[in-house]
Amino acid sequence: MANLAINHVTKSFGSLAVLNDINIAIEDGEFLVLVGPSGCGKSTLLSIIAGLDEHTSGSITIDGDPVDGLEPKERDIAMVFQSYALYPAMSVEQNIGFSLEMSKMPKAQRLERVSKVADLLQITHLLKRKPGQLSGGQRQRVAMGRALVREPKIFLFDEPLSNLDAKLRVEMRTEIKKLHQRLGATIVYVTHDQIEAMTMATRIAVMKDGILQQFGTPEDIYDRPKNVFVATFMGSPAMNLLPATVVGETLSLKGADAVLPVPASVVAPLTEGREVLLGLRPEWLSLASAGSPSGPSLPLLVEVIEPTGPDVFAALRAGEREIMARLPTGTPVAPGQKASFAIDLSKAILFDAASGVAL
Amino acid sequence: MTAMLESSSAAAANRPGSIRWSKQFGRVFVYGCLALLALVFLAPLLSMLLTSLKSMDEIRAGNLLSLPSTPTFAAWANVWGASCIGVTCGGLKGYFGNSFLIVVPATFISVALGAFNGYVFAQWRFRGDNLIFGLILFGCFIPFQIVLIPMAGLLGKLGLAGTIPGLILVHVVYGICFTTMFFRNYFITVPAEIFKAARVDGAGFWAIFFRILLPISWPIVMVSIIWQFTGVWNDFLFGVSFAAGTNQPVTVALNNLVNTSTGTKAYNEDMAAAMIAALPTILIYVAAGRYFLRGLMAGAVKG
Repeated sequence: MANLAINHVTKSFGSLAVLNDINIAIEDGEFLVLVGPSGCGKSTLLSIIAGLDEHTSGSITIDGDPVDGLEPKERDIAMVFQSYALYPAMSVEQNIGFSLEMSKMPKAQRLERVSKVADLLQITHLLKRKPGQLSGGQRQRVAMGRALVREPKIFLFDEPLSNLDAKLRVEMRTEIKKLHQRLGATIVYVTHDQIEAMTMATRIAVMKDGILQQFGTPEDIYDRPKNVFVATFMGSPAMNLLPATVVGETLSLKGADAVLPVPASVVAPLTEGREVLLGLRPEWLSLASAGSPSGPSLPLLVEVIEPTGPDVFAALRAGEREIMARLPTGTPVAPGQKASFAIDLSKAILFDAASGVAL
Repeated sequence: MTAMLESSSAAAANRPGSIRWSKQFGRVFVYGCLALLALVFLAPLLSMLLTSLKSMDEIRAGNLLSLPSTPTFAAWANVWGASCIGVTCGGLKGYFGNSFLIVVPATFISVALGAFNGYVFAQWRFRGDNLIFGLILFGCFIPFQIVLIPMAGLLGKLGLAGTIPGLILVHVVYGICFTTMFFRNYFITVPAEIFKAARVDGAGFWAIFFRILLPISWPIVMVSIIWQFTGVWNDFLFGVSFAAGTNQPVTVALNNLVNTSTGTKAYNEDMAAAMIAALPTILIYVAAGRYFLRGLMAGAVKG
């Protein structure tokens, strides 16, 4: 168990910067998720933390001690890989015990540790099998066991769930979270799946093009995204972004012939005529007639209805703009219908139209 | 829908076996072709075997593929233990032994070195690695004849001229190119994450090689062994150039036996000698041929 600090870490191949001045620090027992589209540098960053890759400049400390230049085995970390990377010729027992064998732990002690971990992961009955005889979910568990058995300072996960089918993925997600709560371990977890990030993390680092876009708690990231990229990457369906112009104390929505007040959260002074984007999460819209509190509302045309079970996604139209809303099932809306939708502006976010930065 | 299916299947039933018959004809044709070609390719071997079991009188009288009237292994026994090769009359057995003394260490050493080289080229980056691998690959294409004279000079300087260890050295050097290529191409199909996982688990250079890689590389080990064994066993040029007198391999002895120009030509003995010389490679193919095929295909399909 340990804290981890990534200080000004940069990685470049020649003139191509893969990671640009990354700064992240987490406390002991935190669950950090690195999330971003493919090619954003999140896996490279994880490899650098593991010691499998070298950074160009900056430094990484575990428990306050710099680990730059140390071999992976000297960093007291364990890693779970996307493809599980089990050793094909070894049984599950040997796979899990391999790191202990490499550290020359006596056999009796080793077997005890292995059986403890197998118990925890409920794979005791698989110990004598070879990886080739296991299902995807079982292999995943063995890969986790291989990491757990070492009782390392930090666990590193590289998209460990992306090879599983949807149902198993959700199960394993919960299981990893349970393990985290039970062991109180420090975890760094890489994924491109924003739902995994939101559900598991205590801290999220959103990355794009080798640049850290935002680092914060899941609530921070979801409710107070710092820029348009974070706002649209996190959350599904994505946040609605409506181009607008500042007119006095109001926003004139472009292409929609509608006016809304400036959200109260905006503290920066707005100059008249400034071009902005109004960010609205789909769940911040509701049908106005359904007893919602009086507040700003927009008349919108219902175009498409997508029931998902608990919610209904509704594609709404305001002039040229399409707006997604997440409504509770049973909301009386039908395609082709025109209705007034209330907008929760207490949470709405304004972004600068040119730079995409939140105001 | 079901009615349509029923009517179409009824129509098929009304034309009894038209499809089935053409399918059967195709199968007969394929098997017939295969059998014929197998016969064509096996005929020389058969003729050798039959001739080696006949007496000289019968060979002069009959044709090549007729069965021997009184099969005898006298010719086999004679070439094995008594025939004169050059000036010594001890048969092939000593030379047969020489071939084993050359083949076994040459195969073992070149496969071991190739496995190690392949591991390094596939999974460890170092300065100039691609250039060195390219040069080693280039070695696969060097004709034997080009190196004869420089190699003779080198063996002379090493004091290995005319000896069995000298021949082993030559075959190892030539074999490394092929075995390195085989193993490198096999190991490059092993996912890089396995190596990373092993590094994180604390395994070093040798532990990764012996504990993780070697146990999964038996198909390519088999390919390399068969390749090297047959190549070295069948070699004539290096054997005749670099081994002297009683150190010669069986291929050279076979040539000396068959090409002796004194006396009558004993075809039965020639054939028996050729069979003996060819037997180990035939046996290794029969025993391990399926591994050879499987090994050559390995890595082509994800598995």
